[in-house]
Amino acid sequence: MSAAIEKNHDYHMVEPSPWPFWMSVAVLVMMIGAVAWMRDWTPFPFFIGLAGVLYVFYAWWADVVKEAEDGVSHTPVVQMHHRYGMMLFIASEVMFFVAWFWAYFDGFFRYDDVEQVARVAFTGGHWPPAGIELFDPFHLPLFNTLILLTSGTTVTWAHHALLEGDREGLKYGLWLTIALGVLFSIVQVIEYTHAGFSFSGNLYGATFFMATGFHGFHVFIGTVFLIVCLARAYAGHFTPERHLGFEFAAWYWHFVDVVWLFLFASVYVWGSWGVALNH
Amino acid sequence: MANTANLEAHATGHDHASHDHHTPTGWRRWVYSTNHKDIGIMYLVFSIVAGVIGGLLSGAMRLELQEPGIQIFHGLAAMAYGLEGDSAIDAGKHMFNVFVSAHALIMVFFTVMPATMGGFANYFAPLMVGAPDTAFPRINNVAFWLLPPALLLTVLSMFFEGPAGALGFGGGWTAYPPLSTTGHPGPATDFVIFSLHVAGVSSILGAINLITTILNMRAPGMTLHKMPLFAWSVLVTAFLLLLALPVLAGAITMMLTDRNFGTTFFSPEGGGDPVLYQHLFWFFGHPEVYIMILPGFGIVSHIVATFSRKPVFGYMAMAYAMVAIGFVGFVVWAHHMYTTGLSLDVQRYFVAATMVIAVPTGVKIFSWIATMWGGSITFRIPMLWAIGFIFLFTVGGVTGVVLANAGADRALHDTYYVVAHFHYVLSLGAVFSIFAGWYYWYPKMFGYMYSEFLGKLHFWVMFVGVNLIFFPQHFLGLAGMPRRYIDYPDAFALWNRVSSIGYYVTFVAMLIFFYATWEASRKKRPAGDNPWGEGATTLEWTLSSPPPFHQFSTLPKIDSKDAH
Repeated sequence: MSAAIEKNHDYHMVEPSPWPFWMSVAVLVMMIGAVAWMRDWTPFPFFIGLAGVLYVFYAWWADVVKEAEDGVSHTPVVQMHHRYGMMLFIASEVMFFVAWFWAYFDGFFRYDDVEQVARVAFTGGHWPPAGIELFDPFHLPLFNTLILLTSGTTVTWAHHALLEGDREGLKYGLWLTIALGVLFSIVQVIEYTHAGFSFSGNLYGATFFMATGFHGFHVFIGTVFLIVCLARAYAGHFTPERHLGFEFAAWYWHFVDVVWLFLFASVYVWGSWGVALNH
Repeated sequence: MANTANLEAHATGHDHASHDHHTPTGWRRWVYSTNHKDIGIMYLVFSIVAGVIGGLLSGAMRLELQEPGIQIFHGLAAMAYGLEGDSAIDAGKHMFNVFVSAHALIMVFFTVMPATMGGFANYFAPLMVGAPDTAFPRINNVAFWLLPPALLLTVLSMFFEGPAGALGFGGGWTAYPPLSTTGHPGPATDFVIFSLHVAGVSSILGAINLITTILNMRAPGMTLHKMPLFAWSVLVTAFLLLLALPVLAGAITMMLTDRNFGTTFFSPEGGGDPVLYQHLFWFFGHPEVYIMILPGFGIVSHIVATFSRKPVFGYMAMAYAMVAIGFVGFVVWAHHMYTTGLSLDVQRYFVAATMVIAVPTGVKIFSWIATMWGGSITFRIPMLWAIGFIFLFTVGGVTGVVLANAGADRALHDTYYVVAHFHYVLSLGAVFSIFAGWYYWYPKMFGYMYSEFLGKLHFWVMFVGVNLIFFPQHFLGLAGMPRRYIDYPDAFALWNRVSSIGYYVTFVAMLIFFYATWEASRKKRPAGDNPWGEGATTLEWTLSSPPPFHQFSTLPKIDSKDAH
């Protein structure tokens, strides 16, 4: 029936794609490989799987970028799909961080819970737990806060330049944002090397490093996302009217920024409130 | 509009007989699929395969528990490890718990969820809202294809070391520390953790796809308040998935680092807290049980309306009851944790909040009954399953109200009363709704009718079987029989024997199910577009059976006067 081929709507009927299936194959190899690596059997399968996952990400998103540029596939309603999808993805990411904040506050609020005898023996009944030296929040952490907040303004600069059709401004703004993101990551690594507590063996180190570490990982992903946008800007992609890829990178960047503000306020500042700090 | 003109030119440029790229064929049609109906069918097949594995695991458990003493697991352990005598018995005791854990994980993540949110939601939510496909067809396919690796990781875990010197993970689907951390030093638990990570990613991606489809692809005129209740149930469930699963991902990641990298999230000697894991787990786990049942609510609403030839009673209340259940479902999690030393105030809150859930649930039960009231009822096979669902889910719901009381739960926690309760709402509730959906939509999905006699036989044998399995478990639980043990005192022998007989009856019912499905595929009785008559009013019945590869090439228009 010819009616089966004709289409009188604006939805994008996506062609069959090999990438979802190969993603699942790569994920299986990566996950079995992760167990093998953790068990000190062999690290190689993990990296083979990881390479597969990264390649599929690249190939899949390259297809999406092609469709974005073909002028047909991404009608206004499809663009709205993408907005919904990105917002929902960020919502799920927020819930992921809820788990890590929950673990942190479980220790922070209940360090002297009389019913948890072993925990009180460990913390010594005070906060921070015995033997833990906290960071001065108004040293490197404040510096990093300013870096991320500034990067939020530079990405907005890039956005407004794009809206005004100022391609050079777009690239400058993106370069600056990426530089600030990289700077943040470097400062975070420097901070980690000066930590007065270890990752293993204590709840504070576990919650601190896993929460800030996952945040740092998201900074890395956001930075890569922005680099992709910069490359696309050089390739002539994005118009003042249509630039969802850029917008989503900016949304993601702001999300990462907000997570940091919560980390800074609750872990660094509140967590060290009234605590004597060594410099 | 330029885009449309372009597409029309594109379409007319092809010979319609050539079946170009719009209708892929061979293995590529399935493996590389971007078609919501094909992906839905793959989900259903996957769910059936996983259900058989999960069902056979529970068969071994019922064989074991048929009589006091140890019947079969020492033999299984002897085969698996080459052990003899007492050491085979010890290994068998662990293996029993491995079977319990794998049964639960497989039934929850790889049978019920792929059937409802994978199969039926994928196939029918787009049809019901008048959409040509889902919003993100490739994401839809990756959500499906991540499940086989996840299932494989769970199955693999049974063949790797768990506790020192024994195979498999035996910590239950809840995987509480310290049993699943220091109690299981081997890699089996790591496989389970990664299995849940992968299944979780799959569900989150599926949820994003379904929410976007339902919010942004409804046909012209189909407002949210005209949307069929199954689509409502999928929408609410998808939000629960989206917001609950990342918290589980966090919890099991903490467990992973506790096990392998020396963190102390859950070990008190490093300042951690094992109860923290239970909070995180149940913050996911309680919404999870609604994830399993809500799509069933949607399916049953359509079936009851169809076979009563009446619009569903109290449509708005039915929709918002599901929304309310979804919301309240996020704030009742600690009723799974009454025995962990929560303060009395906290227990009081969770008792009260849990009781509140009975209100919207009652709205649904009474509205189904009110839909039937005065209706022109025909007891076709889907209707039998739907009525069976309402009855059995109500039994499970009522025991749920009993267990909501912290005082009563102190005695009943971790007994077979709890096992009976959640199997009444899940394996008799959710699974009956899945069979209801299967028999309701089978003619639509495959174009053929099954044998009315075999369908009825399947229903009645299964109804008797599952009630024989699980009703006696209430008595066992009230008498104090604890769950997750391979053996029990002689006093519990009678009802355990009845329960095991019930399993055999259910096993026969499943054979009838497979025979009925095979028979239907052989006899090829054409079903027609709408085998159910005027009561079936939703959009899928306006299409051929099975529907065209891409339906609604011209979007349907929903009249403002149309009933939902």
